[in-house]
Parts: sequence; C-alpha cells; structure tokens
Amino acid sequence: MKPTIAELEKIARTLRLNIITMIGVGQKGHLGGSCSLAEIVTALYFYKMDHDPQNPQWEDRDRFLLSKGHAALVQYAALAEFGYFPKKEIEKVKCLDAMLQGHPDMQTTPGIEANTGSLGQGLSIAAGMAAGLRLDGKKSKVYCIVGDGEIAEGQIWEAALAASYYQLDNLVAILDKNGLQATGPIKDRYDTNPLAEKWKAFGWHVTEVDGHKLQEIIKALDDMDKIKGQPKMIIASTVKGRGVAFAEHVAAFHNGQLTEEQFEQACAGLL
Amino acid sequence: MNTQNPRQVYGETLLELGRENKNIVVLEADLSKSTMTCLFEKEFPGRFFEMGIGEANMTSFAGGLSLTGKIAFTNSFAVFAAGRAFDQIRQGVGIPKLNVKIVGSSAGLSDFGDGSTHQSVEDLAIMRAVPNMTVLVPMDGIETRKMTRAITEHQGPVYMRLNRNELPDLFPEDQEFKIGESYLIRDGNDVVVFANGIMVSKAVKVAETLEKDDISVRVVNVSSLKPINEDAIKAFASGVKGIVTAEEHSLIGGLADIITYILRGKGIKIETIGIDDKFGTSAHNYDELLEKYGLTERDILSAIGKIIT
Repeated sequence: MKPTIAELEKIARTLRLNIITMIGVGQKGHLGGSCSLAEIVTALYFYKMDHDPQNPQWEDRDRFLLSKGHAALVQYAALAEFGYFPKKEIEKVKCLDAMLQGHPDMQTTPGIEANTGSLGQGLSIAAGMAAGLRLDGKKSKVYCIVGDGEIAEGQIWEAALAASYYQLDNLVAILDKNGLQATGPIKDRYDTNPLAEKWKAFGWHVTEVDGHKLQEIIKALDDMDKIKGQPKMIIASTVKGRGVAFAEHVAAFHNGQLTEEQFEQACAGLL
Repeated sequence: MNTQNPRQVYGETLLELGRENKNIVVLEADLSKSTMTCLFEKEFPGRFFEMGIGEANMTSFAGGLSLTGKIAFTNSFAVFAAGRAFDQIRQGVGIPKLNVKIVGSSAGLSDFGDGSTHQSVEDLAIMRAVPNMTVLVPMDGIETRKMTRAITEHQGPVYMRLNRNELPDLFPEDQEFKIGESYLIRDGNDVVVFANGIMVSKAVKVAETLEKDDISVRVVNVSSLKPINEDAIKAFASGVKGIVTAEEHSLIGGLADIITYILRGKGIKIETIGIDDKFGTSAHNYDELLEKYGLTERDILSAIGKIIT
C-alpha cells in the first residue's frame, strides 16, 4: 500500500534529521544540496520505485542515481531508513574506510548503483543503464537527479542528446533547481537558465514542479509513466538547505560545517 | 611472412564474440569504419551504439550498460579513447571496477598523416596509472585475436591498444594468451630485448641479422603492461649481458619504466628505446616517423651494440 502524503512528509523530515546527524558538529558536509532533495528522494524511494532492501541487486528493481553525487547524504539517509545497512553506519559517514564515503560508492554501500561525484557523468551512466535494461526487455525504470549547477558540465548535454536519440523512455531525470552553486547564486555566477527550453530542444518531455510539494512530485512521477518514446525531465524548484532555517538560500552551507548551537537549532527545527 | 591488420582482426573477432555471447555490446564514436566495429554493427545493430563524436558520454554510457550485465567495448582512436575520456574512465569505470573494455585504435604514431593531435604517445602511461585497470598491447593479428577473447572473459576494466597498420604474424598460433604473462618469441643468451607492439617484429629481425655475427638475442613480447608477472621478467632477464626495452610510446610511464623498475638493484645494463618526451608530427608514411623518433631496427641494433661492447 502506498503511503499517504502526511506519512511521506514525516519521512522527508526524518531524512533531513539523518542528514544533520551525519554532518554533526565541526565537520564539513553538503547540507544545502542534500536538504533540497529530501522530498524528491522520499517520493522516489518510499512511493515510486520498486526496490528490495533485502536484495539490493534484484534485477527487476528500479534504479536511482545521484549524478550530483555530493548530495550523497540524502541518499544515505533514505537507504538507512529502508534498512539497506545498519542505521549506526550514518554515524561513521566519511570516517576512515567507512561504508558511507564522501561521494556515493557502489563498491562499499548496498543500494548505491554507480560511483558519482565527478559532476556531469551520472546522467550518461543512467542512460547506459536504461539502454541495457531495455535490451533485456526489463520494465525497470532509471531515475537520475542532476543539479542546476552541474549542468554546466558539457557531458550532461552529450547524455541529453544520446538519451533522446535512443528514445530512452525508461529514463526519468529530475533537475534540482535550487538556484545556488558552491560560490553563489547561479543567476549571478554562471547562469544555466532557461532550463525547460533547453531540455525540450534536446528532445526531452519536460514538466515542472515545486520540489518540496510531495503531492506535485508524485503526480509528476506517475504522469511520466504515460509518456512514451522520449526521455523525461522533471524540473523541480527547490530551496537549498530547505528545512534548516538558517541555512536556507545560503551558499555557504553548500559544504559547510555546523557549530554546536547550529546543530541543536537544526535538529530542534526538524523535530 | 603473413601479415594482418590488428584492427581488422579485432573487428572480426568482436563479430565472432557477438555471435557467441549476446551480452557483448559495442560503442563507437563515429570511427567504426576505421576501428572496424562496423563489422559488428552490420550484424548486431541492436547491440551497437553509435554515440556520435562524444567519447566522454560513450565511456560513462558503457559503464551504465555494464551495470546491467553487459560486456561493453568502447572504441575510438587511442588518443581519444584514453585521453578525452580520462576522467570518465577514472571515476566511472576504474573506481567501481566496471566491465568496460576500452579499445584504443590507431595508437602510437600509426596514424602518421594526422599528426600530434591524433597520435598517442602517452596513452599507456595514463591508463597504467589508473588503479584496477588492465593494460595490454598486442604485437600482431594473432595475438590481437587471442587477446580480444581473453579480455572478454576477464571481469573488470581493460585498456587494449591497437596499431593501425599491417603487422607480420609472429605470435605462436598454439600459444594461449594469458593476461599478465610475457612471451618468449625468440631465444638467445647474449642480450634480451623486451618489446611490445610493432617493436617485437623489429627486434626479431635484428636478432636474425645478429645471429650471423654469433650474437644471440632473446626477444620477449611484453604485451601485458599491467598486471605483469615480475618473476617471469626477472627470469627472462637472467644470464644475459644486458637488456634493451623497445616501445612505440613515451619513455615516461611505459615499458622502459616497467622493466627498469622490476629489475632495479640487479646491476643489469639497460638501454631504452622509445619516444623521448615529445609529441608526434605528421608524415607521409609511417616509416618516416619511426625513423625520426628512433624506433627502427637500426636503433635496436645500436642499443644492443652498446651493451655487448
């Protein structure tokens, strides 16, 4: 049975708490771009995707790739909630030889589908997976999250061309339009807008949602199943640092650290 | 002596393998008529992916295909297959040990007319430096066929470098090719030449010439640069007056480095033949280039001379 919107909202808050727990006090962590994705990742793992934490390699599963691999914490938060690995692993994130690396590592972490982190590559990997699954006649879908800063990488547009040319309609990309890159607002630093027009011109079916409204996200994900013959893009407007009041819209929390006071404040705001 | 073109042999072998194994997929960056993957494309269009002139995307896309159980061969000229897609190889293939076979065609100086932009003098060095990567250089068509089959069986990333031009068949037909091993092509006991690629047949010719002067030259084909059986190299290097390395590659990061590293501390005389930290250049034929960069039989002869005198 599918969870209700209220249940999903509660899960998204839990994911944010897990993210804050992983960042902790006095260590750098990608808070902003992880928190902007909490609802989207919740909708994918807890509503939309067919997957099995007891059998992460189940061959008919849907795949999820985080092309913006620096937001790994939000994926770890979801995988931990689902029991892909013991929840205590999140306390050891980025420790020497830890299961949970600074960027997603399929060699160490159950549930991670690819190694991402060098930006711009995940969408190509996702497209290749989609092509492979189609060759095998699988119904599985591949979901891939890219960032609005990340799409400055030329390879994203190589992947956009390829997915369109090969009509990969089992590929759904979600663009985390949080408006901030590491050094400031995208509009001021290196403007990648307009977005929808670009993806449409590359042959993708495009829809736009509020990336924090679960109702909109799940409707868009369900609607995408009906589109055939082309890859699909959901452009999700989000707030970087969403849910942590003092970090919202603040580029410094792209990869910042929390003081003890900020940590307590962040947790209190999410409980 | 029979000659064959390694890329033709590669294309034919890939086609045979495609008939035997439906998990083989081939990716191409608009050079299929040169790399000879066109043979596979014609029979298996559904498992052939033309990726346009986009080596970066081709490499990551191949990684994605391999994650669904496919054995993915990426193809381009060596300089692009290894160089243009270096980060994609490192991040998305090397780190996760994906089953992607990167085939660098028209390698070394063999694309003589196109000049420095298309000639790979450093591809083996950069591929060797990637952890988890297997790096191979066949010496002729026979070895190319055996090697293409061996890398298909091997689970994990491989870089295989292919020459553009006809090469004489010297690899024994009845010799199995195993990744990591080196092969005695001709025995001798005065000097050993460790060579790979086009330099093996040149070394053999030099050995034949010197036999008349009672100088006995052992020729070893080091087609596996990584992994490499170090004990076997030490055994091949024993009992001689000195050794010569010969490669169509920069002296930085290739065979010369490997052999001198393995034989360090042994007090053996070593001469190295290779490209002296320079880019290539255009020429009207291959031999002109090999002459300019010191990769001829005469260069091997002269190196042997330095050891035995």
